Amino acid sequence: MIVHSIFFYFFSVIAIFSSLMVITSRSTINSVFFLILDFISVGCLFIMVGAEFLGMILLIVYVGAVAVLFLFVVMMLNVAEQKQSWFIGKKSTHIPTGLIVSVLILLELLVVVGGWKYKENIMSSGTLLLSGISNTHQLGLVMYTDYILYFQLAGIVLLLAMIGAILLTFRERVGVKKQSYLNQISRDPSNAVELIEVKSNQGVKLDD
Amino acid sequence: MIGYLEILGQEIYKIIFLLVPILVSVAMIVWLDRRVWGLVQKRKGPNVVGPFGLFQTLADALKYIFKEIIIPASANKVVFVLAPIVTMTLALVAWAVIPMSEDLVLANINVGILYLFAISSLGVYGIIMGGWASNSKYPFLGAIRSAAQMVSYEVSIGIIIINVLLCVGSLNLNDIVIAQKELWYVIPLFPMFVIFFISSLAETNRPPFDLPEAEAELVAGYQTEYSGMMYAMFWLGEYANILLMCAMGSILFLGGWLPLMDIYPLNIIPAPIWMILKILFLFLLFALIKAIVPRYRYDQLMRLGWKIFLPLSLIYLVLTASFLFYFDKLPKVNI
Repeated sequence: MIVHSIFFYFFSVIAIFSSLMVITSRSTINSVFFLILDFISVGCLFIMVGAEFLGMILLIVYVGAVAVLFLFVVMMLNVAEQKQSWFIGKKSTHIPTGLIVSVLILLELLVVVGGWKYKENIMSSGTLLLSGISNTHQLGLVMYTDYILYFQLAGIVLLLAMIGAILLTFRERVGVKKQSYLNQISRDPSNAVELIEVKSNQGVKLDD
Repeated sequence: MIGYLEILGQEIYKIIFLLVPILVSVAMIVWLDRRVWGLVQKRKGPNVVGPFGLFQTLADALKYIFKEIIIPASANKVVFVLAPIVTMTLALVAWAVIPMSEDLVLANINVGILYLFAISSLGVYGIIMGGWASNSKYPFLGAIRSAAQMVSYEVSIGIIIINVLLCVGSLNLNDIVIAQKELWYVIPLFPMFVIFFISSLAETNRPPFDLPEAEAELVAGYQTEYSGMMYAMFWLGEYANILLMCAMGSILFLGGWLPLMDIYPLNIIPAPIWMILKILFLFLLFALIKAIVPRYRYDQLMRLGWKIFLPLSLIYLVLTASFLFYFDKLPKVNI
């Protein structure tokens, strides 16, 4: 049990330290790297409490895809080093907004965790109480039966968000030459190469 | 506490006995790759150092060790040094769950295939970090290309894995292998095997999808600024990743450590040998493809991933699910 708590504190200290570094570090790239470290250590904590499926999904979705895109955006935009930070330089204007959001999240957590601690069956489904089968199995048993509606709704919301993002950023560009794969593949030497007798002072007119 | 230290000692012993063979086989596989490449092009390939040139890779590694490591003045030093370490570590860490036989596996975890998928999707970080930290144009372009490429092809690999999992009903790698006792999944899921193979070429940045390091356009892509041992670590990590993808392919489709057929002379050959043979078979395909296929253009690569592989694997997923459902072949769950 001692070993278990040593590991628990190890991962939690890393998680808390890196989440602090995310908001205090001055270079945006470093922030993203600390965010990744945070995701990984939280994933390890998930695995430690037996939620192996959630831990792995956190790694695959957040670290493997979302954080890559974060990194991508930060690198592409080449955001200069933050002039102002929490402690140094002029006072930041982001602090009030951040405080409001974090207080709201804290209240939500209090409500959720409090309700879960003091009223046993307020948000657990009967099927979740099965023991002796793996975590992934339990999720699969309730996901597509009791919660199918919410699951599908979440999927539709995500799909809509994706289509919306594409629609917002899509713009038709004019004057761009497009390659047709079919035409490229179906070219053959007999009609691709042409012998032309060039008259002097006239040149050749090419057609695309 | 003493008991814990004993367990720790045993585990370290096991880990060393897993890592040393992998590193040696990576060296051998590099030699094999170059030999096959040479034979296809009617050359001899490396054949001077040692018998058949087998020690060529060791000689190369020695050369890298004695070379100076140069860190560019404008590079982000921490990230620059970290990048090859990340690549190498991730490539080796994933081997913990690969079963070489029913008992010969370091960690037989319930979500083995998810673990493999997660680790292989983390592999992109080494490349992005290396490309960005070099603070130079070619590595940066290479890193961006590779990030986009790896993220795109992961999607179809994920759906292919779901295809296999539908037939197995478990995420455990040993269960996946045992479920193929009657029929290897390469037969009913053959189109998926082909797509998986091509996607794993793209995932490991192998030719014809080696655009992140396309030497004609980008010098050496994300590795341009690296020298000495740091370059060698990128290179070892890359080959360890290729071997890992071959192992994943053989577990998902070729029956892992199962013998070809369960008849007398074949089933006395020990299971790890079968696994190694299958990995080698897939690797030979990788090496042949490198030698015979020209490099893709970048837009073709993206089109192949998103417009062809993704819809195809989704359609096949629906087909597999309906087949299993209507013929009542869904894996039975024992609660």
